[in-house]
Amino acid sequence: MRNIAIKVESLGKKYTIKHEKQESYKTFQDVLIGSGKKIITSLNPFSGHKEQDETTEEFWALKDVNFEINKGDKVGIIGRNGAGKSTLLKVLSRITEPTTGKIHINGRIASLLEVGTGFHPELTGRENIYLNGAILGMSRAEIKAKFDEIVAFAEVEKFLDTPVKRYSSGMYVRLAFSVAAHLEPEILVVDEVLAVGDVEFQKKCLGKMGEVSKEGRTILFVSHNMNAIEQLCNKSILLDKGQITSSSSDIRSIVKKYSIGGENGHLPTIWKNIDNQYSNPYFTPKQFWISDDNNDFLNNPLPNDKKKYINILFNVKELDKNLEVGVRLYSEEGELLLVTHQTDEKEANWPTINIGENLIRMEVPPRILNEYIYRIELVCSLYRKGWIIEPGKNDINIFLNIKGGASDSPYWVKRSSVFSPVIKWSQVEAEGKR
Amino acid sequence: MQTVKEESFQFTIEAGRAEHHYWMDLWRYRELFYILAWRDIAVRYKQTIIGVLWAVLRPLLTMMIFVVVFGKIAKLPSEGVPYPIFVFAAMLPWTFFATAFSDASNSLIGNANLISKVYFPRLIIPAASVIVAGVDFLISFLILIVLMIWYQYIPDWHILTLPFFLLLAFFTALGAGLYIAALNVKYRDFRFVVPFISQLGLYISPVGFSTTIVPEKFQLLYYLNPMVAVIDGFRWAISGGRTAFNMTELTVSIVMVIFLCLIGIYHFRKTEKSFADVI
Repeated sequence: MRNIAIKVESLGKKYTIKHEKQESYKTFQDVLIGSGKKIITSLNPFSGHKEQDETTEEFWALKDVNFEINKGDKVGIIGRNGAGKSTLLKVLSRITEPTTGKIHINGRIASLLEVGTGFHPELTGRENIYLNGAILGMSRAEIKAKFDEIVAFAEVEKFLDTPVKRYSSGMYVRLAFSVAAHLEPEILVVDEVLAVGDVEFQKKCLGKMGEVSKEGRTILFVSHNMNAIEQLCNKSILLDKGQITSSSSDIRSIVKKYSIGGENGHLPTIWKNIDNQYSNPYFTPKQFWISDDNNDFLNNPLPNDKKKYINILFNVKELDKNLEVGVRLYSEEGELLLVTHQTDEKEANWPTINIGENLIRMEVPPRILNEYIYRIELVCSLYRKGWIIEPGKNDINIFLNIKGGASDSPYWVKRSSVFSPVIKWSQVEAEGKR
Repeated sequence: MQTVKEESFQFTIEAGRAEHHYWMDLWRYRELFYILAWRDIAVRYKQTIIGVLWAVLRPLLTMMIFVVVFGKIAKLPSEGVPYPIFVFAAMLPWTFFATAFSDASNSLIGNANLISKVYFPRLIIPAASVIVAGVDFLISFLILIVLMIWYQYIPDWHILTLPFFLLLAFFTALGAGLYIAALNVKYRDFRFVVPFISQLGLYISPVGFSTTIVPEKFQLLYYLNPMVAVIDGFRWAISGGRTAFNMTELTVSIVMVIFLCLIGIYHFRKTEKSFADVI
């Protein structure tokens, strides 16, 4: 027990989703009576709030999760959105209570689910350091002792007595991260805070995290950034649908498993919107799949020299000329290889999109990719307005497993590069050019 | 030193058993309590220039209206105390209660981002917001002193009992505030109930008039409002025992406040675990 920092036993967290029956309220009178009943039941502190107007559905965000973390371990938690990562962190940091199971925690724990939690815009930088520090669990004496260090790291000396609402967003984030970085708990729980700020700042944060981890503290780190996980962690846990699918100190293998979807060997080339999981008036994806020239559905593995198309079937209820549908290609390790949109060419060449059902497709040129497994993700946004399907935060993925057909040359050996296009070489008359 | 620290921070999170460390945690997080109270005070008086003035103006203006309506027009008795002092002595605890109650009720929603991102005993938030109302109280207490000097009115030893009545008002506001604050998280309509209660309460409680005008047979019923004893107590303490005040109302009030606090804390503790999930 001495060496264990966190021990989780059959942990579960259940959420109850309420579906209100809209049709049960018909007239204003009904609404009044309905809400009257609600108020009366809710006023009674001993009632169990049993409203009959609602149907409830149970949803296990975490189910039967077991693991042990030793002191000094740096654990990366990965998984798709909705896999239960954030819920796990919230339960560990006692923000919300587990429904089943037990967690033993041995050491002072601090959680960093957001930088600048509780920052108040009206207060000055100095005041916010104390406020934020206290919220993150530092004592006044601790903050006082580290105050100069925090200010220096954030580079905001000149603006200490300015309300943070006048800070530039960069200064704001720097100050917020700086306070958090000077927390000194034995166990640190971090959720994707590195996703903020510019590249330069993210590097600085990663550097600081690396430093912190060398001091022998236990870290739990959730991120979609596989590189960060590989650099920082010595152990990794893969979550899927609220359960641990694998956990190991071989981070590469887990990252790989995560990138290709986990299902051993099965690499789907088609995705369907089952139960209307994704729905948006501007863009509701119906189907996403790989086909050949004749629009016939293709299965993995696929030869490199074959012409392949990536098809997107979707529904549009409201037309927006800013609609941008795209595809992202990832390597097995989760590295982004390329991004392409239907609006990449000049406007006249864009596929037309109408109200109703649309089918657009994109060609994967033969002999561009290498003989690897690639993950293809569907993304969609309203240009400069916001995401409809955000990259990394959805599970609309298909896979391309390329085998064979790399080249017609007898000399060809499998290349170790990400791409292995067959590029045309030709001979030029040497005489005239010289 | 490190090992001692570790020893004291071993704990277990278990389904349905968060209570264990709760009261200990409340003590451990006292610094956060101070700093949240300080933040609320700092923000309150920072955002507006008339911030401090506001704490002065509100009770002063209401007092003037009451003096005119009840004292001059309705000519209600003031038991031998100058009417402005008579009203203001009641206005003080009432304003304190109304501010504290409404701040506490809305405090959780106002701090939703904290609740969903960090752990601490949630009780800290409404408790800290009640403290802010205390600062307003101290400011308006200065007006009372000015009024007393103006009317050359000298209080006696009775005034020493004032902190006790303030404490009673504090717990009334906290108990009711906790209850509504917890409800507010789930049902936002209670936001509208709060101003209504404060408005209604102002006229139901003996702020503008004396308790003596309430008919004898209804007095016991009237005492069920815990603020009646608080207000009468304030008057009694400030007027040097000249105004009516009896043990019955004090006892009823104390019982009611204890009941209110127990119910408030019970309901708050019961729903607290799900705050982060529903807020």
